[in-house]
Amino acid sequence: MHNEHSDAHFQLRIDNGEHIEPKDYMPEGYRKHLIRQISQHAHSEVIGMQPEGNWITRAPSLRSKQILLAKIQDEGGHGLYLYSAAETLGVSRSELIEQLQSGKAKYSSIFNYPALNWADIGAIGWLVDGAAIVNQVSLQRTSYGPYSRGMVRICKEESFHQRQGYEIMAKMMKGTKEQQDMAQDAMNRWWWPALMMFGPHDTDSPHSSDAVKWKIKRETNDELRQKFIDKTIPQAELIGLKVPDNNIQLDEKTGHYTISEINWDEFYRVISGHGPCNKQRLDHHIKYHEEGAWVREAAEAYKQKHLKKELETA
Amino acid sequence: MTTKEATYTYALRLGDDALILGHRLSELCSRGPILEEDLALTNISLDMIGRAQALLKYAADTENNGNTEDDIAYRRAENHYYNHLLVEQPNGDFAHTIARQLLISVFEYLFYTELEKSRDENLSAIAKKVTKEVKYHMQHAIDWTIRLGDGTNESHKRMQTAINDMWMYSGELFEMDEVDQYLFREGVAVDLIPLKAHWQNRIQTVLTKATLVTPEDGYMQTGSKKGVHSENLGHILSEMQYLQRSYPDAKW
Repeated sequence: MHNEHSDAHFQLRIDNGEHIEPKDYMPEGYRKHLIRQISQHAHSEVIGMQPEGNWITRAPSLRSKQILLAKIQDEGGHGLYLYSAAETLGVSRSELIEQLQSGKAKYSSIFNYPALNWADIGAIGWLVDGAAIVNQVSLQRTSYGPYSRGMVRICKEESFHQRQGYEIMAKMMKGTKEQQDMAQDAMNRWWWPALMMFGPHDTDSPHSSDAVKWKIKRETNDELRQKFIDKTIPQAELIGLKVPDNNIQLDEKTGHYTISEINWDEFYRVISGHGPCNKQRLDHHIKYHEEGAWVREAAEAYKQKHLKKELETA
Repeated sequence: MTTKEATYTYALRLGDDALILGHRLSELCSRGPILEEDLALTNISLDMIGRAQALLKYAADTENNGNTEDDIAYRRAENHYYNHLLVEQPNGDFAHTIARQLLISVFEYLFYTELEKSRDENLSAIAKKVTKEVKYHMQHAIDWTIRLGDGTNESHKRMQTAINDMWMYSGELFEMDEVDQYLFREGVAVDLIPLKAHWQNRIQTVLTKATLVTPEDGYMQTGSKKGVHSENLGHILSEMQYLQRSYPDAKW
């Protein structure tokens, strides 16, 4: 029989399709990989509030403003449960925030692009959340219990977001010429970055092999990207949006679309910090975190004061 | 003045308070001192916009000239908005946001509890829903006022300054003009005069618990019932109305 605290026993459990729970034995590499991935996911939800928040005060109807507010709240809520899932691996939220702000931890590079017109809110919901869902549906079966359960909950909400995003695009495509132009402009700017969200080709992906062995990742970047492409191109065509790629072809035999090569230079450039909004997003996060320091200190001081009083009267 | 005209104005005033305060709170998205608080403030904002929608729809239905609640929310000129001056004040630091929330939500809790008894069935139904929501808004503001007032020296100072700064906008909450008086006689509107003492009591209790001083009533700003606002409202509207005004033929 295997020792319960051995890597071999751990791998056996993974191979049997068991969930790993916080107090279970896990190799350090597994723990590190998960902390990196879950915190990156949490940071993405939180940073993602910024481009969408950019349009809250200009939302054009009472209904759209409520939907957008509710959506951004969902994203923040996802951030909260993901931070909690990461905390089960022995890291604190303040450490995670510090890693984000120092640039040590990443967030999804898609949020380094700006939200420039109202249709961007549609495109973010439809394409960005749409791409995220493909990935997250797959992660519902990930091997780490708290992450897997978080994903189940998150997927339910994200599919609403995607539908709402698509509804905005469809409505604008049925609208005035100016609205159609806004929708197409948003499509042109978000299509390629959305495809990049799945990460580099499998052959160039540095974290894939262990993650697949440990069943943290259940499908590869290219498989997931293809699912998204196949699902999204017909949706674009249905409402009259042109996908900004002249080489799209449907392979009748496989049922898959083929597309032009992704601009990986742009991908690596944005990841390494030189996208349109990398600096803005982090500066914003740091600014409001620092401005809130006195509030957090006050809340802590109040708590300590009253804890002391309670102890004295106990 | 007919009951219909007065009811239209009354629904508009209440709707505008919710619309403008909801807008102010929505500006705070991604700017909270902690993530939980970011969510709490935008959640209150969401309640407010929902309330604005219900009240402005009632105003539109009462007016009955084909306008929707969105036309009313997005297409009026600045001097046709009737929200209280208090709710259009800038968010400032977190203490100012909380001070504004405290003064308005205690008022709204008392106000909507009374409005539940209105003879106007629509207003009464809306009031019943709002009372439930605003109870949470009030508790949130009270908790933070006490925490900040009785927290650190810095937070105490900031909270006192914020209460002092917002105080001159509180008098307007209790003004009765001819619309209020007319509808009060009809059994539709709330009599604001007796609310003031209850409001002062509650606010004073909270401030005392927060180790803060209740300001003396000095000069009180006024004007919103006639559509005269602070300079803040024009900036709020220029942002809020941007798409509706730039593309008047578009449907969103």
